[in-house]
Amino acid sequence: MAKRTIIPFGPQHPVLPEPIHLDLVLEDETVVEAIPQIGYIHRGLEKLVEKNEWPEMVYIIERVCGICSFGHGWGYCKSVEGNLGVEVPPRAEYLRTIWHELGRIHSHLLWLGLLADGFGFESLFMHTWRLRETILDIFEETTGGRIIFSVCKVGGLRKDVSNETLDKIVVRLRGLEKELKELTEVFLDDVSVKNRLVGVGALTKEEATSLGAVGPVARGSGVSNDVRQDGHGAYGELDFEPCLEEGGDCYARCKVRIRELFQSIGLIAQAVSKIPDGEIAVEIKGTHPAGEFVGRMEQPRGEAYYYSKGSGQKFLERIRVRTPTNANIPALVKTLAGSDLADVPMLVLTIDPCISCTER
Amino acid sequence: MANLKIGGMILRSLFKKPATQMYPVIPKEWKERTRGRIEIDIDDCIFCGICARKCPTDAITVNRTAKTWTIERMGCVQCSCCVDVCPKSCLNNVAGYTSPDVVKIVDTFTKAEETPQVEEALKSDAVSVPEATGAE
Ligand code: SF4
Ligand code: SF4
Repeated sequence: MAKRTIIPFGPQHPVLPEPIHLDLVLEDETVVEAIPQIGYIHRGLEKLVEKNEWPEMVYIIERVCGICSFGHGWGYCKSVEGNLGVEVPPRAEYLRTIWHELGRIHSHLLWLGLLADGFGFESLFMHTWRLRETILDIFEETTGGRIIFSVCKVGGLRKDVSNETLDKIVVRLRGLEKELKELTEVFLDDVSVKNRLVGVGALTKEEATSLGAVGPVARGSGVSNDVRQDGHGAYGELDFEPCLEEGGDCYARCKVRIRELFQSIGLIAQAVSKIPDGEIAVEIKGTHPAGEFVGRMEQPRGEAYYYSKGSGQKFLERIRVRTPTNANIPALVKTLAGSDLADVPMLVLTIDPCISCTER
Repeated sequence: MANLKIGGMILRSLFKKPATQMYPVIPKEWKERTRGRIEIDIDDCIFCGICARKCPTDAITVNRTAKTWTIERMGCVQCSCCVDVCPKSCLNNVAGYTSPDVVKIVDTFTKAEETPQVEEALKSDAVSVPEATGAE
């Protein structure tokens, strides 16, 4: 047996925007085992439910993540609304869907930029993030925040967006789509990019299923697990198919995310053309959640679930958020075993790790 | 072919104006809805303390006796929750962030017409009042 060496990867590493630690057990240049360790940024958000009333808790839950913030707020609201048995007005559901899809574009563009940065293609990174700015501007105009929106509340929304503004957003997104086409061709066709991605870290469909992978990681291995298909929000009235790829490698995961960018633009255009007029929130007075409910959401990184338990008091008894990165860590550890040391950053990046979400 | 694509993109951006802004030389344009900082119309405030109780980060302190309303600028996360719950609608989330600093900025607002009373209270040592209005 060759001599084994352990190399610590993280918590501070150029490709990691957030701290996770991996002990990489090496034989020569090959990783034989990876031992993950988290716990550097636990914030105890779930505990705060004891001192924040359930209507205010949404502002804390949306801070679980700075990238899929809207989805977290929506997921929590969905869970509490289910608990209270509240029907959300259709206009609110459509607007939520539009914001959530904008969040997906923003998240995937951020990830593509980080990936380009990870393999050292700086100009590609800069151009990706330049395009992402369009989405952040749309967010600031419609919600008042670039990253954290605070527009979702239990029972609906706090702010409406006029139909004219929505139409203008679609026009801007169509413009963005053209630029995105040009940009994503570089990710998909460039030889130097392909050298880093094709065939790296392949995960078979069976492995992805048995390890419980979610989101683009699972879809890159051909597992159809898009939660949006259950028709929550306005998704039931929109026409879409989950983006599936067969390769299971880094390239397939990248391709899934790129296809989802265009899919999201299409979904937003569909939602804007179908959005009904009407109320954006129902008033909830005098009742408190009493019971248990689980709401599921398809976040940009995969399925997240939100559990809430109330006892008829203004404080919930318990909430629990399971985020997608948490579910993807076993798949990461599996793909790391047997990989080259030089490919480790790519493998870590392609699960799109969000450690703050994982630890909450 | 993709090499040509990125080459074209880079060449084009050489002749375009920069995508970034020369902040702070060119100030940021705020959007109508931008949530920048919390402003209070202190004359309308009745010091009920609801905003302080509902604030998820406990950034607000209300002192009914001294008639002061205090906000920890760095603690506030601009969620506008206080704006929604204030019964007198005297809070507002306006565009423009508070300026950065090396200390945690705490702004205290005191209701003006109550000042004589506060001074009396101070004389009798009943309460201690922080500096009135403005950044510390
Ligand atoms: S809720 Fe409004 S009136 Fe009451 S203390 Fe706060 S700012 Fe003043
Ligand atoms: S905006 Fe939110 S965090 Fe800031 S003071 Fe108001 S309630 Fe507190």
